[in-house]
Amino acid sequence: MNSTAPCLTVKLPGLTLKNPILTASGTFGYGLEFARYGDLAALGGLIVKGLSLKPRVGNPCPRIAETPCGMLNAIGLQNTGVEEFLRKKLPRLPWRETAVIANLYAQSAEEFASLADILSLEPGIAALEVNISCPNVRKGGAAFGQDPAAAALATEAVAARARDKTVIVKLSPNVTDICAIAKAVENAGAHVLSCINTLTGMAVDLESRKPLLANIIGGLSGPAIKPVALRCVWQVSRAVSIPVIGLGGIASARDALEFILAGASAVQIGTANFIRPDAAFQIVDALPRVMRELDIPDIESFRGTLKA
Amino acid sequence: MTYIVEKSDNETQETGAADFEADAAYAACGDVLVTGMDSMESGTGPRFHILRLERPDWSVWRPGQFVMVRPKKEWADLVWGRPFSICKMTEKELTLFFQEAGRGTKRMGQLRPGDEVTLWGPLGRGFAVESEKPTLLLAGGIGIAPFVGYVERHPAPQNMRLEFGHRMPLECYPFRELAGMIQATAHHETCRADLTAFIECMEQRIRETRDGLILACGPTPFLRTVQTLSLQYGARAQLSLESRMACGVGACLGCVVNSAERMKNVPTPGWPVQVCQCGPVFWADEIDLNE
Repeated sequence: MNSTAPCLTVKLPGLTLKNPILTASGTFGYGLEFARYGDLAALGGLIVKGLSLKPRVGNPCPRIAETPCGMLNAIGLQNTGVEEFLRKKLPRLPWRETAVIANLYAQSAEEFASLADILSLEPGIAALEVNISCPNVRKGGAAFGQDPAAAALATEAVAARARDKTVIVKLSPNVTDICAIAKAVENAGAHVLSCINTLTGMAVDLESRKPLLANIIGGLSGPAIKPVALRCVWQVSRAVSIPVIGLGGIASARDALEFILAGASAVQIGTANFIRPDAAFQIVDALPRVMRELDIPDIESFRGTLKA
Repeated sequence: MTYIVEKSDNETQETGAADFEADAAYAACGDVLVTGMDSMESGTGPRFHILRLERPDWSVWRPGQFVMVRPKKEWADLVWGRPFSICKMTEKELTLFFQEAGRGTKRMGQLRPGDEVTLWGPLGRGFAVESEKPTLLLAGGIGIAPFVGYVERHPAPQNMRLEFGHRMPLECYPFRELAGMIQATAHHETCRADLTAFIECMEQRIRETRDGLILACGPTPFLRTVQTLSLQYGARAQLSLESRMACGVGACLGCVVNSAERMKNVPTPGWPVQVCQCGPVFWADEIDLNE
């Protein structure tokens, strides 16, 4: 047993995190919703709900459905728009103490560029996460994420206007070969990859004979998808030379370390924030203890050491 | 919209839809023990449960607010907590009243004293209290739950009246407890004509309470009726909504309801607002309940 405090620091291109625990976009609101359940500044970083240039009302209800060990959502990127976020939310977030990462959603490369242009001027924003993988909107979203050339186009558009900000691209698992997309995005200028967004799925009610979501199809998240996410992180982290942030069903410090063992540099906590609102804070608290128990001295040297 | 919410015992503050943090500033999350569970059969209908929990740390709450509860063990299959109106709070216990409606409430119904649950709250906005005004309480079925705490804490019980519509036997609900404190009438719905009579009674009471305060909690069709009648007679009414939600804290955006004209501080007219955060209690003219 190693008795000294383990080193939790994670160095990403242009961005140092105090620990590898981030919160996933779409599961943590604008951060403020969770401030009363823990210290936001204790997180490695927080990734806010997807932002578009203009407000979006999202999809009709029902938008969520509980499924075995997970849930489906088809929110449709309801958000107040980038300006409202910058004016009302960002100033209240502890961006000097932790990495506040904006998640960008757009329907065209031009819109992605405009969003990047606005957000990269903000000192309070540590990095830009490009959402090319939302399964719940008709235009954009996954359309960018399912084709290597289109994924590269969106990435280039953001990278060209990102100034000094780290560009993270969030990949969709709903593809034949996630590594092909990962490589295309890496070549287009992405600094970091997030793996994975939700898996498309659906649920129906046999009595009413109706789908459980008004959108019929939604994105599956939660512990149910963890094995798929782990596989994607393993494959992608070996296929590219840029860092990978793992997410998909992580609900404990041990889950987080499994992803780091498989090759992730950091992780995001998603649906677990719904299981209990202090989940991410509890994982941050538990991580050093679990690392000591497992004799892991630091995150960086442990990364990708899977004996395979 | 703006209205006065109780921030603490002697502090009030005006808030709007965008300032959700005000009411929920006292929310906390923790694990508590089940201290009691009374279950009632309703014949062919659902089972009803009175669940008592160790009182959590927080002390400031408002009737109409809710908590999220999630059993800690053997529940990997069900990821979400479930929202329950606070029925009442004593110095030692928090009491919830619910009926089995799906897998989550069925799992909740299996809880026994000594079991541990994760609990977060108090959440959302509660009912207005205007003690000097005539206050009409309209409850449909399980919607009676928040009124137990409301009536217990109200300083002027003589100003309140309850009209309660129910389908299951009256013994399944905490009606007699309420009838001991305020004027209360129960309306058993066994057929279409009963429902019509209940709606006619509500219409008359709403008309009579035009200058007072009307509070309603129950299924959505019932709330829609109360909303229509209240707007028609220009009565001030608050509706407590029920919605499918994952987080209870405003993040999942699953529980939204379309806002109506009176709702201020929204990006665009009709903007979907979170029931968990801007509600569950809304003024009747703040929301659009049409499908």
